[in-house]
Amino acid sequence: MSMLSIFHISGSAVSAQSQRLNVVASNLANADAVAGPDGQSYKARQVMFQTVPMNSGTSQGVQVSRIVESTEPGRKQHLPSHPNADAQGFVTYSNVNPVEEMVNMISASRAYQSNVEVMNTTKNLLMKTLQMGQ
Amino acid sequence: MLNLTNQNLDFQTKALVLRSQRQQVLAANIANGDTPGYVAKELNFSQALREASGSGAGRLNLVSSSDAKTPGHIGLDVRSSLEGTSLYARPSQPSGDNNSVDMDRERASFADNSLHYEATLRFINSHVRTMLSAIQGQ
Repeated sequence: MSMLSIFHISGSAVSAQSQRLNVVASNLANADAVAGPDGQSYKARQVMFQTVPMNSGTSQGVQVSRIVESTEPGRKQHLPSHPNADAQGFVTYSNVNPVEEMVNMISASRAYQSNVEVMNTTKNLLMKTLQMGQ
Repeated sequence: MLNLTNQNLDFQTKALVLRSQRQQVLAANIANGDTPGYVAKELNFSQALREASGSGAGRLNLVSSSDAKTPGHIGLDVRSSLEGTSLYARPSQPSGDNNSVDMDRERASFADNSLHYEATLRFINSHVRTMLSAIQGQ
């Protein structure tokens, strides 16, 4: 029954997109995080998507292959009176770019919606198939 | 007469199976809309249907699926004819990450395919209803 595997395909995509949304939320929440005493500030994260064969290779879903951390330097601000300022008076913030994260969030939510719509349509079609001949 | 009506039903059944397989291909494309390097696939429906119903004037190619997962069951031999008819969709606007999914086209095709699936279902349903009323003769 090939229609049933659509739920696996779209389900994998919904799960991957929600993970992406999760990472975006984490990035945005830590956008203004200041580096601790060790000088390490929060690094923006990104999910990497990868095609994964499903149902013995007849269909292809998606999965998060890994989560990478951005290597960009953190945003520096001159605040000599800040308790976490370094010797030159600079405070290191996280390297999150809020604009990029907002774009990511919109893209993830649109993709999520598309896949939910696919599942809803498929569910309706399957319900009608079940009533065949009645 | 029964043979004639069976042929019609067989044809619709094949169309329905192919529609559900195209639905699966489109769902995979939509699911991989953000996967880097994914190449969108498409099913040449008319060719697949022609090949599926080509031999034996609308007769189903019944195959015993003893080598498949469910031995002893009789399946439809549509999958094997799909090999030559599945192709890659040409991207209208190439993207930087080599993903060739055109989301607008995929969603439009998905809606179109759902409608055709439902239409085929209705054909089958009305066919069955016609047969039933013919049998009952009331």
